[in-house]
Amino acid sequence: MIRLEGVGKRYPDGTVAVDDLSLEAPRGRITVLVGPSGCGKTTTLRMINRMVEPTSGRILVDGEDTAGMDAARLRRSIGYVIQHAGLFPHRTVLGNVMTVPRLHGWSRARARERAREVLELVGLEPAHARRYPSQLSGGQQQRVGVARALAADPDVLLMDEPFSAVDPVVRGGLQQEFLALQERLGTTIVLVTHDIDEAIRLGHRIAVLREGGTLAQFSSPADLLAHPADDFVADFVGADRGYRALSFQRAQVPIHAEQPLREGTGHAPGSGEAWRLVIDADGRPLGWRHTDDPEERLRLGGTLAQQDGTLRSMLDAALSAPSGRGVVVDDRGVLVGTVRADEVLRAIQQAPRPTGDTVRTAEGTE
Amino acid sequence: MADVLAWLTDPANWSGQGGIPAQALAHLRYSVIALLLACLVAVPLGLYVGHTGRGRVVAVNIAGAFRAIPSLGVLFIAVLLLLPRLRGELAFEAPSIIVLVLLAVPPVLSGVYAGIEQVDPAARDAAHGMGMRPWQVLAQVEVPCALPLAIAGIRSGMLQIIATATIAAVVGLGGLGRFLIDGQAVRDYPQMAGGALLVAALALGTDLVLGLAQRAVVSPGLTGGTGLRARSATALDRRLARG
Repeated sequence: MIRLEGVGKRYPDGTVAVDDLSLEAPRGRITVLVGPSGCGKTTTLRMINRMVEPTSGRILVDGEDTAGMDAARLRRSIGYVIQHAGLFPHRTVLGNVMTVPRLHGWSRARARERAREVLELVGLEPAHARRYPSQLSGGQQQRVGVARALAADPDVLLMDEPFSAVDPVVRGGLQQEFLALQERLGTTIVLVTHDIDEAIRLGHRIAVLREGGTLAQFSSPADLLAHPADDFVADFVGADRGYRALSFQRAQVPIHAEQPLREGTGHAPGSGEAWRLVIDADGRPLGWRHTDDPEERLRLGGTLAQQDGTLRSMLDAALSAPSGRGVVVDDRGVLVGTVRADEVLRAIQQAPRPTGDTVRTAEGTE
Repeated sequence: MADVLAWLTDPANWSGQGGIPAQALAHLRYSVIALLLACLVAVPLGLYVGHTGRGRVVAVNIAGAFRAIPSLGVLFIAVLLLLPRLRGELAFEAPSIIVLVLLAVPPVLSGVYAGIEQVDPAARDAAHGMGMRPWQVLAQVEVPCALPLAIAGIRSGMLQIIATATIAAVVGLGGLGRFLIDGQAVRDYPQMAGGALLVAALALGTDLVLGLAQRAVVSPGLTGGTGLRARSATALDRRLARG
């Protein structure tokens, strides 16, 4: 657990980067610091591992005041991931990941062994281990950055805009993997981002900072969307926060049986519907086919909703399907049935509005 | 031209105390001593300036001023000053080496500090953030990343030293400069031209050796991923991927 008590940073020229900030990053959870540029979020993060020394207040890691610790030793116990990965260009991927274990005084062999493990953990093929950072893509470099930070198995991980330099196409997948990894390792994470969508996606707790380095709101994502503390937060969270809040709601929605076509069976006896869902041999949905289409083209359109998914994913599935029937699958990806947009909306109407004390659980991540 | 070739291939010129091998060796000895002394001064200074960012302006100006120093003038002043204080050959060797050291300090100094300065700030930040102490950041990240530029500075300093070490002959010392000075004294132009060619060959040869040393110590990761080892690794992977 990381505790900030009245922490401030004032530079000699009088600029205040962070002012009287108090917050607590709970153990085993992701706490996101979010805000516009110049709100002191990165400074706050860097004060936790003393890359920046606070000028007032104190910071406790697991109850111990960091001010009294040896700065280098403190940093070795905390994983640190930065925006452009900051890999050492002269070291191979493996050499980069071995850095912190070697600083801890591990033998070369043990550090190498551990580095291989973490590289696998972050999903890098062993073939990459002997390459140099300049030979990797941005996404791969960021994976190495995360592996390097995790190598000595730290309890706490600090991440400064870890996904913002990564191609948007790759970013979604990386975020997904990151959430799964965090859940598996139970690491306490403090993450900085300027992107409110990313904050809502990744955070269990979100601290919104405003210019001048003061805390505007500190709450769960659902609560942030439902009850912005003031105009600044409401404005920062954005216009479609009502829709986004559906990401945190689940409710019973009637699921209709679907009469799908098996792939390759051509025209099956009509069910009376203009659009027919096509599935593969294992029952996984492939796409939609219009019965009047002489070429029998398969439309890939439509997102899939999980059987126990959120109202947002159900509504999105219904809205994005050409037939207007949202496809619902189970956790193996096998067709369960379809939902209708109007019925999802009715469920939304009947669901209780999120209240101030909704706390998103680790299992609740999309 | 044929006369130059004749002088260069005359066996008489390749033996004895004043022969080509002996003078080349003497030339190389002054040069290596001068380079080592220059590095002794310039490398720590360059590391300090590059790592701390302090004294950068001073370093740039000193390096610039040193470049403008006339070698021959310094040589005569140094001889005049040191002659009464030192004995025998040392009284002439020390001034010659001082001149050569002054010549090599600017390129080595600017190579080292520019090398340290251009290290990716993100890599430096990560090094501190992972818990390296300042000297570990210097030794494990900044110095290895600075090597290409630092060695380039050393190579350029060595080239200048070898070219200028001919002036040792002006004050009566050995080295390949002997052939230039002696040749001029008796208007033996083939000998002068032959000596000049030998200086050029020695400079190229030394640079080749330093170049090989550079390839051995600089990480392939720093040569922009186009290093031979790095490139062949990628090509191999691609072939494997294709099956």
